[in-house]
Amino acid sequence: MTLILYLSDMILPFVLFYIIASGLTAGRPVYDDFVEGAKDGFRTVLGVMPTLIGLMAGVSILRASGFLSFLAGLLSHFISEEVIRPELISVILVKLFSSSAATGLALDIFSQFGADSLPGLSVSLMLSCTETIFYTMSVYFMSVKIKKTRYTLPGALAACAAGIVMSLFLARQMQL
Amino acid sequence: MLNYLWAAMILIGVIWGAFHGTLDDVTESALSGAKEAVSLCITMLGILSLWSGVLKIAERAGLLKKFSRALRPFIRFLFPQVPDDHPACEAMSTNIIANMLGLGWAATPAGLRAMQQLDQLNDKKGTATNAMCTFLILNMSSLQLIPINMIAYRSQYGSVNPAAIVMPALLATAVSTAVGILAAKLLERVWP
Repeated sequence: MTLILYLSDMILPFVLFYIIASGLTAGRPVYDDFVEGAKDGFRTVLGVMPTLIGLMAGVSILRASGFLSFLAGLLSHFISEEVIRPELISVILVKLFSSSAATGLALDIFSQFGADSLPGLSVSLMLSCTETIFYTMSVYFMSVKIKKTRYTLPGALAACAAGIVMSLFLARQMQL
Repeated sequence: MLNYLWAAMILIGVIWGAFHGTLDDVTESALSGAKEAVSLCITMLGILSLWSGVLKIAERAGLLKKFSRALRPFIRFLFPQVPDDHPACEAMSTNIIANMLGLGWAATPAGLRAMQQLDQLNDKKGTATNAMCTFLILNMSSLQLIPINMIAYRSQYGSVNPAAIVMPALLATAVSTAVGILAAKLLERVWP
């Protein structure tokens, strides 16, 4: 695990170096390209800001009302907290439908337990290795009018489940 | 979908709060949640602008094209039913590479184009072909190499080392993608 964490620190600087060096060898005005891209990124964040404000207000309301802890209590009857915290289950279920709503719940876990806590690390990994299955399927299949999706859903759910199990396992390793 | 989810969050929150005497907390937290979102976005403005700037350099340097070409053998293995020179191959490689780099705006158009081109090879319209199912499973198994958004969120929420998740996330993504491919390859044999 130490090696893995060491590599984590290396990747970003390495990617940065590689990309900028490739830009230079391709004879590009790299800083001009950078500024152009940074403007896109800026606009993207400004674009999601209203969404995020709405969602974080929504999640905060739900938590302050006590409903989230009620839901967590309900879920903990079925699955032991040792295996997976009930808060994480709600994130997984929401993530199948909406990425931004799941992000709202994840941020709530960060502020409740901390970003480096076990639930915080678990949710960081889980959201990094899963996709919004139902949303993606409907957009892509609708674009070519496909009604019978055959084995797409079971296959995607299998991949998603594998990612979640790995995330829970790795988050525990990171904590040690 | 999000419309219902969001409305449900607020309506349930208010009703639940009314019955449990937590309505003043509800008001307070709605405001603080909105405020928190703004300070999060300020952090994200820095990190995401930096990252999209760097990715623009990568795109202009031709890395997207270069990687897509390197992906060809892999595409051949995954989609044996699609002829080698079919335009769907190129669209699928672009989509996969863009997803890996986290370039959502480049990934989705290429993905939709790939679906349309795969549909030209479809002789049972309205039913997904093996190639379509496999392509989407691969897509939904998450391919992103560096979860830059998550790093930004973590840095805003006081993580000591926000980027510590890069390698573990890569491992988890590799496993979910491997399981996705395996499931696709097995299911395509048995599914009618």
